[in-house]
Amino acid sequence: MTTDTRSTSSLRHDPLVRGLGWASAALGVPQVVAPAGFARALGVGDAPRHRTATTAVGVRELAAAAGLLGRPHPVWLWGRVGGDLMDLTMLGRALKNHDGRGLGRTVAATAAVTAITATDVYAAVTRTRRSSPMELTAATTVTRSPDEVYTLWKDLERLPEFMVHLDEVRVTGPRTSHWRAGAPFGRTVEWDAEITQDVPGQLIAWRSVDGADIDNSGEVRFVPAPGGRGTEIHVSLRYDLPGGPLGQAAARYFGEEPHQQLDDDLRRFKQIAEIGEVVRSEGAPGGKRARGEFPQHPARPLTEDELKEALS
Amino acid sequence: MKANCWTGRNSVEVQDVPDPSILNSRDAIVKITSTAICGSDLHLVDGYVPTMEKGDILGHEFMGEVVEVGSGISDGKVRVGDRVVVPFPIACGACASCRAELYSCCENSNPNAGISEKMFGHPTCGIYGYSHLTGGFAGGQAEYARVVLADTNALKIESDLSDEQVLFLSDILPTGFMGADMCDIEEGDVVAVWGAGPVGQFAMDSARVLGAEKVIAIDKETYRLDMAAAQGYTTINFEDTDVRSALLELTGGRGPDKCIDAVGMEATHGASHIHLYDRAKQAVRSETDRPHALRQAIMSCRSGGVVSVIGVYGGMIDKFPAGAWMNRSLTLRTGQCHVQRYMQPLLAMIEQGKIDPTRIITHRLPLTEAPTGYDLFKNKKDNCEKVVLKP
Ligand SMILES: [Zn+2]
Ligand SMILES: [Zn+2]
Repeated sequence: MTTDTRSTSSLRHDPLVRGLGWASAALGVPQVVAPAGFARALGVGDAPRHRTATTAVGVRELAAAAGLLGRPHPVWLWGRVGGDLMDLTMLGRALKNHDGRGLGRTVAATAAVTAITATDVYAAVTRTRRSSPMELTAATTVTRSPDEVYTLWKDLERLPEFMVHLDEVRVTGPRTSHWRAGAPFGRTVEWDAEITQDVPGQLIAWRSVDGADIDNSGEVRFVPAPGGRGTEIHVSLRYDLPGGPLGQAAARYFGEEPHQQLDDDLRRFKQIAEIGEVVRSEGAPGGKRARGEFPQHPARPLTEDELKEALS
Repeated sequence: MKANCWTGRNSVEVQDVPDPSILNSRDAIVKITSTAICGSDLHLVDGYVPTMEKGDILGHEFMGEVVEVGSGISDGKVRVGDRVVVPFPIACGACASCRAELYSCCENSNPNAGISEKMFGHPTCGIYGYSHLTGGFAGGQAEYARVVLADTNALKIESDLSDEQVLFLSDILPTGFMGADMCDIEEGDVVAVWGAGPVGQFAMDSARVLGAEKVIAIDKETYRLDMAAAQGYTTINFEDTDVRSALLELTGGRGPDKCIDAVGMEATHGASHIHLYDRAKQAVRSETDRPHALRQAIMSCRSGGVVSVIGVYGGMIDKFPAGAWMNRSLTLRTGQCHVQRYMQPLLAMIEQGKIDPTRIITHRLPLTEAPTGYDLFKNKKDNCEKVVLKP
């Protein structure tokens, strides 16, 4: 499943998007308030049809400003590009039929709108990088009661023990926490999360709050397994991965294939729930992790330096 | 310390490596007193098992004295100074498979479970010195070894039995026994065993202990067949005899009631064209195993009989006789040995003198001569049946 949008929250903090929003407002206000003066300033005269056109353009600019500053979405940027093309068409017609008075100003205005158009096209193209909300699901069964498994998972600060891409989870309130995770290419991403549903022994659901580097949400359900086999753990996660298919391919190349990662996380969780710790071998001293599957340390004892590194 | 390491296809070397250390809280470090070379080590050395890395320490049959224990081992379970035999499958004791005594299917002990899951559909346990597919654990052909989850994975020997009497509890004796156990042997049964190597010999001994009336050994090495004959078993040399006809003749036309494949993926075959066919398929990787013994066991077994497979298979096989299996109501049972399930009862049988594991040892060498031991065993030189190494 993919869409053409980048997350709302990251656009809200984008300086270019905000700059264009304020520029729209700065242009739209005089166009609507004083269309005649504005038209004269452009050197196109204040004939009624020019005044009407200027007012219409102003309304459009104000709508774009409200959109970009209020609920930013790439569609507003593309709207600006469309508006720019209309403006350029009108200016082109004005230049063609020009009577010579204020021609310099009209030429300058045309040059300015051309530059604005280029900026808008750039902003629209770069802010519409395809991102893919990605849904992952995985399940495992653990020979413990739903209550025990729930309690273990609810201890959020222990999550990095089995979710190895997490560097830290810090509980910041009764329902809130701050998460820091490693991302491909050695980057770090951080976000605040809030618990949205919490049913002891049955369910925990959470989502990132506005301003997350990567919007994400998730849910774990704890279901009694049939025949007294313990607890089925059903996890579903949703990430708004930047970079779309290309980004995912790059992530995969670095061994961060998300499904594999979730699978590994659950295997380690099962180890902790059933035997208390993650099993380490000489070949895989950090325990189960796809990234480290190959090449591995040879299956022979680690030197002291290797041991320090592996256990850190 | 010194350790026998895999250094490439058909090459092992005794090297100096760091001493093992505790990596998990329930680990123990064992000073090894005896270790053995196993037939399945040859699959690794031959390069038939993927995921080997240069420098891997080999060996999954070992025993010794505990010299260090981790902080997570509960009191009295394993103590420094204990003499222990270590089963080759690493079991956690807590997962559903372990609770069902399916220790070699442990769901927690293999840090590379993802690889084994891709190959086998579901993950299998960790094994010492047995490639990274089974976890990348250092093996026991060394002076010291780390025993993982030692409170579950070490059998204490408290009597004065010798190393040679108990060492094979780590693998081949329980493996042979499980081969016979899966046959549900009844009074009067005739049991045929393909492969008269160490595991095959123990499968024969176990079949007799469990009540088989007649045991038939099938191999091509005369010294191995002689070893079986010395125990009173009937022998068939497949190089000069048609196995199925011989088996029918020995069983009044019925076929053996129970058949044990103690050969596995690198079988050889008397009929050279079939062997060539499998070798060719193996060479182009469209077949990973050569299942002659398995095919022959299925074709020979009496209708309604059991075919029990303890020989190691790794991948895909061609020309599996599904018709014979289905139409003649055969039962196929198999598994890597769940060693922990059998260690204690077998120890008791050794103590009672019902089974003598030492009878198969033909060579005793110092650890430093491990490469020689591999050469003798692999190439069946000097009538080599089983090599025990002393660090
Ligand atoms: Zn073995
Ligand atoms: Zn287990």
